[in-house]
Amino acid sequence: MSVRFLLDGEVIALDEVDPTFTVLEMLRTRLRRIGTKEGCAEGDCGACTVLLGELAGDEIAWRAVNSCILFLPMLDGKALLTVESLGGDHPVQRELVTHHGSQCGFCTPGIVMALYGRAIGALGSEQSVADALSGNLCRCTGYGPILAAAEAAGRTPRDDTALVAALKNLKSTAREFRFQDALAGRERIAFTPRTADELAALYLEHPQARLVAGATDAGLWVTKQHRVLDELIFIGGIADLRNIDEKPEGLRLGAAVRYSEAQASLARLHPALGKLVRRIGGTQIRNAGTIGGNIANGSPIGDMPPALIALGAELTLRRGDTRRIMALEDFFIAYGKQDRQAGEFVESVFIPCPDASDMISISKLSKRFDSDISAVCGGIVLRVEAGRIAQARIAFGGMAATPKRASAAEGFLKDAAFSEDNLEQAATLLAADFAPLTDVRGSSAYRLTVAGNLLRRLWAERQGEIVSVLELEHG
Amino acid sequence: MADSEIQFLNAVSRPVPHDSARAHVAGRAVYTDDMPEAVGMLHGAFGLSQEAHAKILSLDLSAVRAAPGVVAVFSAADIPGKNDVSPFAGDDRLFAEREVIYYGQAVFLVVATSVEAARRAAKLGRIEYEKLPPLLSTQDALAANSVVEPAQSMGRGDVEAALTASPHRVKGLLEIGGQDHFYLEGQIAIATPQEEGQVHVLSSTQHPSEVQHIVARVLGLVDAEVTVEVRRMGGGFGGKETQASLFAAGAALAAVRTGRQVKIRADRDDDMILTGKRHEFSAAYEAGFDENGIIQAISIELASRCGCTMDLSNAINDRAMFHADNCYFYPVVKIHSQRAKTNTVSATAFRGFGGPQGMIVAERAMDHIAHELCLDPLLVRQRNLYGPGRDVTPYAMQVTDNVAPEMIAELVQSSDYEKRRAKVAEWNETHRIIKKGIALTPVKFGISFTTTHLNQGGALVNIYTDGSILLNHGGTEMGQGLMIKVAQVVADVFAVPVESVRISSTRTDKVPNTSATAASSGSDLNGMAAFNAAETIRRRLVEFAAKHFGVAEADVHFTQAGVQAGTELLSFAKFCHLAYLNRVSLSSTGFYATPDIHYDRKTHTGRPFYYFAYGAAVAEVAVDTLTGEHKVLAVDIIHDVGKSLNPAIDLGQVEGGFIQGMGWLTTEELVFDDKGRLLTHAPSTYKIPTASDRPARMEIKLWAPGRNVEPTIHRSKAVGEPPFMLANAVFCALTQAVAAAAAGGGFPKLDAPATPERILAAIAGLQAGHG
Repeated sequence: MSVRFLLDGEVIALDEVDPTFTVLEMLRTRLRRIGTKEGCAEGDCGACTVLLGELAGDEIAWRAVNSCILFLPMLDGKALLTVESLGGDHPVQRELVTHHGSQCGFCTPGIVMALYGRAIGALGSEQSVADALSGNLCRCTGYGPILAAAEAAGRTPRDDTALVAALKNLKSTAREFRFQDALAGRERIAFTPRTADELAALYLEHPQARLVAGATDAGLWVTKQHRVLDELIFIGGIADLRNIDEKPEGLRLGAAVRYSEAQASLARLHPALGKLVRRIGGTQIRNAGTIGGNIANGSPIGDMPPALIALGAELTLRRGDTRRIMALEDFFIAYGKQDRQAGEFVESVFIPCPDASDMISISKLSKRFDSDISAVCGGIVLRVEAGRIAQARIAFGGMAATPKRASAAEGFLKDAAFSEDNLEQAATLLAADFAPLTDVRGSSAYRLTVAGNLLRRLWAERQGEIVSVLELEHG
Repeated sequence: MADSEIQFLNAVSRPVPHDSARAHVAGRAVYTDDMPEAVGMLHGAFGLSQEAHAKILSLDLSAVRAAPGVVAVFSAADIPGKNDVSPFAGDDRLFAEREVIYYGQAVFLVVATSVEAARRAAKLGRIEYEKLPPLLSTQDALAANSVVEPAQSMGRGDVEAALTASPHRVKGLLEIGGQDHFYLEGQIAIATPQEEGQVHVLSSTQHPSEVQHIVARVLGLVDAEVTVEVRRMGGGFGGKETQASLFAAGAALAAVRTGRQVKIRADRDDDMILTGKRHEFSAAYEAGFDENGIIQAISIELASRCGCTMDLSNAINDRAMFHADNCYFYPVVKIHSQRAKTNTVSATAFRGFGGPQGMIVAERAMDHIAHELCLDPLLVRQRNLYGPGRDVTPYAMQVTDNVAPEMIAELVQSSDYEKRRAKVAEWNETHRIIKKGIALTPVKFGISFTTTHLNQGGALVNIYTDGSILLNHGGTEMGQGLMIKVAQVVADVFAVPVESVRISSTRTDKVPNTSATAASSGSDLNGMAAFNAAETIRRRLVEFAAKHFGVAEADVHFTQAGVQAGTELLSFAKFCHLAYLNRVSLSSTGFYATPDIHYDRKTHTGRPFYYFAYGAAVAEVAVDTLTGEHKVLAVDIIHDVGKSLNPAIDLGQVEGGFIQGMGWLTTEELVFDDKGRLLTHAPSTYKIPTASDRPARMEIKLWAPGRNVEPTIHRSKAVGEPPFMLANAVFCALTQAVAAAAAGGGFPKLDAPATPERILAAIAGLQAGHG
């Protein structure tokens, strides 16, 4: 089957595609669209930013993504825009020139596309300019002229009428891509199921396949580790894994819901969750990566699990037609090992609505505010009734081989008075539960200290102290 | 030479956009990797050492050769010329031979039919090592007497005696981290074989002439057989001054040997592992001073980790010494500098070239003195500034252009420093968790290559018969706006619009024997060389017009309306055509050598710098005492670029330099493990500033009265590097905030980069009472 997509409204059909060939490579080498650049090949610099559009009723939902870690089958049935699509005279481009927003110019096409996405109302376009650029690195300008240019460019909605019709006509039928890999010397295969039922059946047949949602991690297996992935199932296009269901009792997110799509609902559940999502990756990563992927990956430094565990989230796993529900913390067994059987996949996650008496503190600590991997990520939920802690749920990432609850501290706090002394005690008890590693993000001692300090932070915040520099303004 | 300032200025001093700006935003600016590829072009990838220090017992490349898509594999034995890609010392290998001296060193090169095939095959080399103990840290290397050159000293007076005689003394240590350039465009070269064994190399390099020499050296060719070309780089920052040679030489070797075009584009990880970075420094200082904080004597001991070879470490460490005074007069001084040779990647040029590391030691000493005396650090800084009768540097150069006092005074006013300092103190009284700090630091940065002979530039200006002008010079464009500045200079000579000056790629066959575009010297050297070339043509044209139209030379004028000769007025195009018909040459080279500089490295005395560039910055920061997180809240900058050639370009350099310096001092942390492996070799782990890190308030002004006292091109000043060090204000403000977290706890032991972990450690140190 061929991969078919629209580039500037024209149908492009690519036959015999390597399912892990990246969109960036395709653009640069096959189509000679050299405006899109490779800066890092891991989704951290944004020089390769393109816009991906898919039908949403009678409109096109656009999102800025990193083409360097986007695999070709993920383009199938979609519309693609690159810097060349803009023609050179879009207000974003004009204002960048006027404001001297480029120096070496290598990051510029990616910045143009990120800002163009914001200007046309792409996913996440309600963000500030700086937030929209959280996934774009510029080493020359210091960003000031770029920020000013983006403000000056304003909003420029697109007329996508013709493209909508073209996309409707394109009708992707491809479900399977086979590729004779000369370099690897064998056939490789990828599937693109469209429903969760299809996925469930397919995964039973191919339990050794890798599930790929946003490819924000799997992309790096290919571009960084040069791994050859023989069997892939792309799940980003499965509509019934992309439901967002907000109910009074809580929020249910389908496994393939992207961070950006979930951000508003999570913020409604609790503002701190919205802010946490803001700190995950850059805009392009949040526009591709999924909550389900973040969980299923089982990373000890995944940013969502600690907060979700503290909030009492539950996971629904599905194998064939069999489903089971488990507390999120029980999913993580050991480093690289999750409670997931062959052919079983994460279908959704449910986050119960916090109680009015819950004190919630969610913190991500990293060297850089934007797009960094946390040294420590902490979720603390204390249910305080009449001055006593009725329930304590405290979970950390970056502190152990898995996201993990602080059992000793929780046990100590349960039924204890909500007091500075007791939180102080609980902080010291973290050493009983955690022996964190030293790595590039932080030393063991630092991690243990700041994890404890997050409990002190919660206390100070409750006393009316300003406890974070992150949103501090000058003046 | 005539003072260029007297010229009528039309294009110069206007904020003209970068010449490539429209192409940048449209994705049409062509970088090396974007060039059309010849049919059958091969892709190269290096096989890297997996040991930091080892003997190579055997090298089995059979699996590499047998891998799909592989066309050829090269190692040291295949080099026809010298296995030497060093700038001058002869110690950098294209391929390791017998011994590997850093983790990630290139051992062999594989070329294949695709990038992926080459990169996969490069992992298949079987290298048998006999491990040798690696020296990884500066301290270990110095303890083992492992240095790239002997320690250097400069100074005057008896420091020990003067320190002893001083009423007050402080001493301290400061660790200063390195920095990866993180140019967005990684290292790349494309070599194309030419007839008779000659070779053309497209290289992303700041130094085409050196790449030319090195390619010739490696291939056993003469320089005239190698042409190196660069149109633009996607960022350089010093990282493509010497580091591009490895890739260019590898590609050239493979191209000549296979007869096919070869491209080597390092992926980000290989780029960061393989190539050099800013030097890490350890500094110790001891200052003696009076009750007003005025320094009587100071001793500064610098030691840097130079890595496994010399590269440019001699000049970089010298420049650290030259800037350990910054704007301050040291009556009695000793600056000692050790250059450790370690089994880590050879440290190299990076914007500031050692200056930042030297300068921040001076700022640390000022803060320490102020803390000791409970004075505003700004007061201590001001009292120690160079001034009348206190104007000779530790290297015996008189400071004759000192504008720091004036600039600081202006910045104190414009930034409302006093009031804000009071507000910061008030905040710290009333807030327990978040502490603030504010600091004002100045910059004085010496302009010229300290290796005197490098201070020369060449240019070639061609005017065609239609009046269009083609400009070429030895400088390279890496985003800094050199090309547009020089084009503005040339346009003004003929009073034509800057758009009529076409900019072409830098090529060693057009302008030979050039210096690197480095040391902030680009527009000083090439601007003046191009000015001289254009002036030569203009003089010819004036002479011709006077004769042709029978008027006095004084009555020939180049104006925006055209060329005026007496009462005749011709368009520039018509006039050029007329000159051509009358057999007047419309092409000229131009040359410039910086005058009046000299330096004796044996005594470390002389005038290494033609002039100084100045600036000053105020930074206000907030620190979270529970997590160490911090935020730069506001920055005010006044920077001196002399009379600006292009204020928009110059402001861009100031802001970009500042943010890059802020990254160096805050988020950018290089981590090596105990085997010498760089663990932070991609942007996932190495964090340069993003848009959110830019302070919300950022007031940047070029200093209005700025004018170079020396007759540089239109009295402008170099701007590439100096603003980088304005970011010292951030580090000093963080130090203030940390001190406020444990008032009475002593002077903070804060090292750079001030990551959250280091901030927290510094606070903990104060609380434990050993600050």
